[in-house]
Amino acid sequence: MPKIATREAYGEALAELGEEIKDIVVLDADLSKSTKTSVFAKKFPERFFNMGIAEQNLMGTAAGLATCGKIPFASTFAIFATGRAFEQIRNSICYPNLNVKIAATHAGITVGEDGATHQSIEDIALMRALPNMTVISPADATETKMAVRAAAQMKGPVYLRLGRHPVETIFGEGYEFKPGKGVILREGRDVAIIATGVMVAEALKAAEILEKDGINAMVVNIHTIKPIDEEVILKAAECGAIVTAEEHSIIGGLGSAVAEVLSEKKPVPIKRIGIKDVFGMSGKPEELMKAYGLTAEDIAEAAVRSVKKSID
Amino acid sequence: MPVSKEKLEELTKTARRVRRHIIEMTAEAGSGHPGGSLSCADILVALYFQEMKIDPKNPNWPDRDRFVLSKGHAAPALYAVLAERGYFPKEELKTLRKINSILQGHPDMKKTPGVDMTTGSLGQGLSAANGMALAGKLDGKSYRVYVLLGDGELEEGQVWEAAMAAAHYKLDNLTAFVDHNGLQIDGPIVQVMSPEIIQEKFRAFGWHVIDVDGHDFEDILRAIEEAKSTKGRPTVIVARTVKGKGVPYMENQVDWHGKAPSREQAEEALKALGG
Repeated sequence: MPKIATREAYGEALAELGEEIKDIVVLDADLSKSTKTSVFAKKFPERFFNMGIAEQNLMGTAAGLATCGKIPFASTFAIFATGRAFEQIRNSICYPNLNVKIAATHAGITVGEDGATHQSIEDIALMRALPNMTVISPADATETKMAVRAAAQMKGPVYLRLGRHPVETIFGEGYEFKPGKGVILREGRDVAIIATGVMVAEALKAAEILEKDGINAMVVNIHTIKPIDEEVILKAAECGAIVTAEEHSIIGGLGSAVAEVLSEKKPVPIKRIGIKDVFGMSGKPEELMKAYGLTAEDIAEAAVRSVKKSID
Repeated sequence: MPVSKEKLEELTKTARRVRRHIIEMTAEAGSGHPGGSLSCADILVALYFQEMKIDPKNPNWPDRDRFVLSKGHAAPALYAVLAERGYFPKEELKTLRKINSILQGHPDMKKTPGVDMTTGSLGQGLSAANGMALAGKLDGKSYRVYVLLGDGELEEGQVWEAAMAAAHYKLDNLTAFVDHNGLQIDGPIVQVMSPEIIQEKFRAFGWHVIDVDGHDFEDILRAIEEAKSTKGRPTVIVARTVKGKGVPYMENQVDWHGKAPSREQAEEALKALGG
């Protein structure tokens, strides 16, 4: 399967959807070539608004468009969307529950060489804390296309977390995407790996590594981090040990969301694979994944430790 | 189109009722922002009782003119005007800031009929108004969008991001008002963080600028007409106003920014307002 960045899939999906849903308008903050909203801009120039390097106004304008029945997709890098314009998203979009889709690319450390200032590792935590917000973090190009369509079709604010770096395409055309519904990609009984975004591919590889060690791992894809699918998490918990995996801080993201569900409903030991409360740095995406402990091997190792612990 | 003498008298009477509501509401609530509500009351009355194409029976009419109260703390003025205009019963005004009220401390478009945008966090309203104006242009609609900013609010950077964008997109269906009462919480705006010269700043950003007396209906309405006939760029109407206008002990007093009058003070204010 070819490697495709989720931002590429977003750009294509948006341009396709623009044909179908005439109320879609797109706003960007001088990054349309990077976020790939340029594909839509080329096709529908009158429905594309470049707001310049001004993210606060980007979000506020999107809110105003939504009050008039438009379906705005507001795009920029994840760090600027959720960090710079957090309060605009909170007060002008989420509080009035406006139909704005925040599609942010360049999330996580796989941004690579640009370094820590551009690597968003807190965006899930920030967006997840907002009432009315749906948070979706697709794993590959196929899922991204489906998520973009779903976001356009649902009412209310949605945060779509997209990446810059090409990732393996895991899902075929027959894949079924339902917002809010986690997907068991692999059945297992010894340990469950719950992953999101680019870490889903790593989780699948980790399960193969574990298989060789005689450990039977379940793999769950949580594409919708909010609202989270409690049912699938509780099912995963039946394995007796959980490893979460995300390209995000271990504080406030998927790991926290899973821990919240389990600590209240079915306490099970959890290990969180993620960025351990530190900032990123420059480097090649693959090098950074290794440096921050975000590889299949890291997941497998955590799984082995958690299985041993649950046996002890 | 000159406004008749009768109409001007009627607007004056309406504004007096609105000011009385502002005093009664904030006194009843025990908190709120009377000073900046009184300073912008005449602008709101001019818009809602003379200028704007609206239908209080159908608050979400898609072709209506829009109004965004960017200085959301002046919510009592907006609520009083909406109640007087028939969007909801005047009795509701007594519930301002109380639990489960449709009248929140700052405007909430999902709770109050007639509120076109949720505001309260300063600096965000002009961006939302831009979005409404862009949508109007995109759909070929003739509605107009009005937004009211505070002068202290101009210290927020987002206002200038939005000012740049409104001129860039030639939003001549958008008219902004600046309630230029010269005071903010910590003191005179020129002492706290001067946004002056406001007119020059907007001109430099590509806007058409009009100065008015924010308590003179003829002046305000004339400026709105000029804004409507200005093509290719947005207009800002910088309205000289008096904070606490109409209540002598509140006028130009910074302390009345965010403090409610006591019962006795409210009585005194109502006496001064008359009507």
